[in-house]
Amino acid sequence: MSVDKHELSTTETDPIADPGLPEHEPRPTDVDDRAEKRAERQVASLFGLSTVFTLLFCVSYFVFKVGHHPSVIWGFGASNVALGLCLGLALLCIGIGTIQWARKLMADHEIVEYRHPAASSEEDRRAALEALALGSEESGIARRPLIRNSLLGAVAALGLPAIIALRDLGPLPGDKLTRTVWKKGMRVVQDVDGTPIKPADMEIGQLVNAEPALFFETNDHGEPVIEGVKLQTEKAKAAVIMVKMQPDDIKPAKGRENWGVDGILCYSKICTHVGCPISLWEQQTHHLLCPCHQSTFDLADNGRVIFGPAARHLPQLPLAVDAEGYLVATSDFTEPVGPSFWERDNYELK
Amino acid sequence: MRLTQKISHRIAGRLSAGRRSRVAAPLVLVLGLLVTGGMYAALSPASAQTRTADQDLVAKGRALFLVGCASCHGKNAEGITTVKGGQYGPSLIGVGAAAVDFQVGTGRMPMAQPGPQALRKPPVYDDAEIAALAAYVASLGPGPDIPAASEYDVSNASTEDIARGGEFFRTNCTACHNFAGAGGALPRGRFAPSLQGVSEKHLYEAMLTGPQQMPVFGDQVLTPQDKRQIIAYLKKNEETPNYGGFTLGSLGPVSEGLFAWLVGIGSLVGAAVWIAANSARSRRKQA
Amino acid sequence: MSSSNGVAPTNGTRPAKAHKPSKAGPAATWADDRLGLASMAKKNLRKVFPDHWSFMLGEIALWSFVVLLLTGVFLTLWFRPSMVEVVYDGSYDQLRGIHMSEAYASSLNISFDVRAGLLMRQMHHWAAMVFVASMMIHLLRVFFTGAFRKPRELNWVIGSLLLLLGTLEGFTGYSLPDDLLSGTGIRAADGFMKSMPVVGTYMSFFLFGGEFPGDSIIPRLYTVHVLLIPGLLLALIAAHMLLLVYHKHTQWPGPGRTEQNVVGFPMLPVYAAKAGGFFFVVFGTLALMGGLMSINPVWRFGPYNPAEVTAGSQPDWYMGWPDGALRIMPGLETHIWGVTLSWNVFLPIIVLPGLMFTILMMLPFIEAWITGDKREHHLLQRPRNAPTRTALMVALMTFYGLMWAAGGNDIIALKMRLSINQITYFMRAAVFVGPVIAFLITRRWCISLQRHDKEVLLHGYESGVIMRDAQGGYSEKHLPLPLDRAYTLTARDRDEVFVPETAVDGNGVPSPSNRKDRLRAKLSAYWYGSNIQKPTLAELEESHHHTEIDVAHEAPLEGHAADGHQFDGRHDVSGEELSTKH
Repeated sequence: MSVDKHELSTTETDPIADPGLPEHEPRPTDVDDRAEKRAERQVASLFGLSTVFTLLFCVSYFVFKVGHHPSVIWGFGASNVALGLCLGLALLCIGIGTIQWARKLMADHEIVEYRHPAASSEEDRRAALEALALGSEESGIARRPLIRNSLLGAVAALGLPAIIALRDLGPLPGDKLTRTVWKKGMRVVQDVDGTPIKPADMEIGQLVNAEPALFFETNDHGEPVIEGVKLQTEKAKAAVIMVKMQPDDIKPAKGRENWGVDGILCYSKICTHVGCPISLWEQQTHHLLCPCHQSTFDLADNGRVIFGPAARHLPQLPLAVDAEGYLVATSDFTEPVGPSFWERDNYELK
Repeated sequence: MRLTQKISHRIAGRLSAGRRSRVAAPLVLVLGLLVTGGMYAALSPASAQTRTADQDLVAKGRALFLVGCASCHGKNAEGITTVKGGQYGPSLIGVGAAAVDFQVGTGRMPMAQPGPQALRKPPVYDDAEIAALAAYVASLGPGPDIPAASEYDVSNASTEDIARGGEFFRTNCTACHNFAGAGGALPRGRFAPSLQGVSEKHLYEAMLTGPQQMPVFGDQVLTPQDKRQIIAYLKKNEETPNYGGFTLGSLGPVSEGLFAWLVGIGSLVGAAVWIAANSARSRRKQA
Repeated sequence: MSSSNGVAPTNGTRPAKAHKPSKAGPAATWADDRLGLASMAKKNLRKVFPDHWSFMLGEIALWSFVVLLLTGVFLTLWFRPSMVEVVYDGSYDQLRGIHMSEAYASSLNISFDVRAGLLMRQMHHWAAMVFVASMMIHLLRVFFTGAFRKPRELNWVIGSLLLLLGTLEGFTGYSLPDDLLSGTGIRAADGFMKSMPVVGTYMSFFLFGGEFPGDSIIPRLYTVHVLLIPGLLLALIAAHMLLLVYHKHTQWPGPGRTEQNVVGFPMLPVYAAKAGGFFFVVFGTLALMGGLMSINPVWRFGPYNPAEVTAGSQPDWYMGWPDGALRIMPGLETHIWGVTLSWNVFLPIIVLPGLMFTILMMLPFIEAWITGDKREHHLLQRPRNAPTRTALMVALMTFYGLMWAAGGNDIIALKMRLSINQITYFMRAAVFVGPVIAFLITRRWCISLQRHDKEVLLHGYESGVIMRDAQGGYSEKHLPLPLDRAYTLTARDRDEVFVPETAVDGNGVPSPSNRKDRLRAKLSAYWYGSNIQKPTLAELEESHHHTEIDVAHEAPLEGHAADGHQFDGRHDVSGEELSTKH
């Protein structure tokens, strides 16, 4: 391309010469007084209508109740629908009116403006460069590398406080991700109400969304042992699902032969993909589907992934029965639950 | 309580005094016979009639079963296994009356055609026929019975019940049926159906029996009260107005995104076209 | 403003009339004495903006951003970005007595107890959806018409950053109400972060102030949502607009519209009225949507609980495509030396969006490098006149669209009675094959349209008039295009394929720069190679010569309305009578 880079695009001799801007054609409102008056009335009535809707908005604000006994129209919350309709129509009337005004009544002559290259002129560039050179010369920044380099070093070092000061955003991970509150003898209880469960309570095909009993325990003052943020954090790791299937259908991996009780198995509820809680259990196929990204696990086969983006089986919680006959965990999970992370070691199924 | 205790003590005292009488033994004998006979008279004919009625119902149910159900479930409801070992129609022994009432009452059974799952449709059988079918299947083996109306009656549910029901619902049900009970997808073309407009009884029976792929939520863990609270929550939602306007299917962000594009962007681009369009021109010259 | 000779020193269309001194005069003088407004106003009040519907798409984004600011400020008056646990005691029965975060309780309060609160929440959310959507259609318009070319490449980059920031702003807003859906989103975001090699776990712990969910994430996201990103957005929008004013708007070629000028309506009054009116239209449409269409009914989702989830857990639409990538990605994970590399999460959600945004921002530079075009361009190109570019964007759109659909695979499966598994398998192949097919089809399609344009220029358009010749044969009469149409079709550059200067250096050895040049030449040849160029003057004259012979044959028809023009609506024939000679 031999074109100078600052030049505006040039074209060859056009095969068809530019006929130039077409002649301006007037609109009916330009030549017909009645049309003009009509358009004027139209625009003004749109603006008037807008004021009406604005007033209706104010009325609706006070007339329609919200709160305990909200007003209802057509099965909708009256306040929201009325306010939205009035505000929307008030605004639309202004908008449409203004645009109509521009389209019908304002002068519609197209005008021409000339462009300039985006670049500055050569003189300006030269002048700018000279000023820059002069400034650099007067400061001596080029002649005094000691000053320049030490300043650069000092400013670069200021990046450190900016990073270090953020250190207290959070604690270090430690082994927090590898532990949950499950431990030997902790009962597996139904979520929401904390009902402990005996094996005989479960039917084939039953699903229980369960939690460790700790979440429902209270101390001597009747306060929960664990609550608030701590409860949420622990729940995010310890939530489990317990299912019962035909004992013959279960294919336990080596070492997991007695992790279940009468066909009752317990798995982490936290998906090994990105951590959504999973409880879409199909009782006939024994498949568990994650609603977030459709990873599917086979609970009869140690929680192995049979479909979807998850790469690891669902951790299983070994179960037993305590002295009173209730289902309990025999230990914590034997591997970290939830999504993968860099420091996580691998735990293969055998 | 004390009064009745006193009276019974007195009667007992008199009786024990009279036991020594000579007429006591024959009197007790006669009394015993009378009571036994009276009780028999009062109860036995009635239960005999019930049994006959039950047997009639079972027989009627069996007749209906042989015509409408046996082709898939087998002549004795023992189930039919396919050559490959799959289930053509599962065994119904021990599924109980509740399962039949749910499956037939919601029109899922009989199935219109084989498919990933049986679909809800207008029931084929009337209430009496469903009762007969349920009675027949219940007679095959013990299973959950059709719940009594009082078990799923939520007309007296308190605000606490409803809120509690919401917690149970979100813990146990939303994962498949979605936050508004609008339904959700399951693997391989199956889906959790919408819960909107499903009767209280059928909601209860579904939890009790775990139809098709749905897990069982047995009474021992999710108690009848818990179930009632869930139903109360769902029914309360059906009564609650849609505060924000049209629900757009209550399917979450996917349908919202669709409407943002179709309605929002669609109408605004339309407005832009109108704004920039040339208005009408006149051939008359400007004065 | 008035000057002695009666003509305002602006590009006005009519001489300014002498005005009565207005009351605003002294105030304007006062302000100008201090701010020097007049010299700026002189240049800009009559600034020209060309009129075309596609030039208003960016305005939708701008105006919905204004609506976002207004409604957002309203919401901050009641919203409490706190994860402190409270017991709800508000108006919504179904949740009364339930433990929840203060953030969620205040969202419920805004929805049920603040009048117009629900309207503002819904408008805010709809405006966010429309904001990102309109940025995207604006981006497509700019790309398809070549408006990103020199000197506007940097504005393209700014625009891409706006899209990125708008998406992040949307995601942080989605996460604030702390309902079950937004919490699930944050939960997944935690999983995304943890998938990053080496630093992932630390980033997660630092962002959440410890383990997920902790009590810091909502206050932190709130600051990002109402301060950090809006500030950046405002600054970038200002830069975007300043550059627009500085470069002046591009325009479509046409009679009188050249690379050196810009033809359109002046800023004051027409453009201001249209753009101002459009603001009210956007605002009003969003208010109607907020009033009539429910969006994110947080009360139905319930408070966030890490043990709960709902079917149909999706992000808002603009995060849908990486979510789709996440859904169709096979489960790949590497375990090596005691560490875990989670490709199944890291690739689709961290690497892919980063890569796609980089490609997006680089597009103007990639094209300029391939074509070697260093000229300034102010006339737009029709998409068909840049077939490879158009095809490239259609391929990217296809990729995006398929990923997007994959992100809604469960809803598609539910509503269309399909299998999630089959959709996923299909998408795994389609995201690779689909864009290629779309590219090839679009490119050929564009070239065919170019061929058609040339055909029409050379041989006229099909008039629909069927002629029967003396032998009884039928043919359709072609008529020459009106001059303005014909000029518009030819008002485009001839594409020039890049030719490397010399293949070898002085010693006969190919130099590295030449190797680069040869690649460039190959790409350039592909970029332009099959394009149909506009006819040359000679070709046009040649074809006109043919036409003249035809016309001579039909001499009896010439000059009469019955030459066919009256049927096609392109000529005004109202004064002419149908020929009665035959």
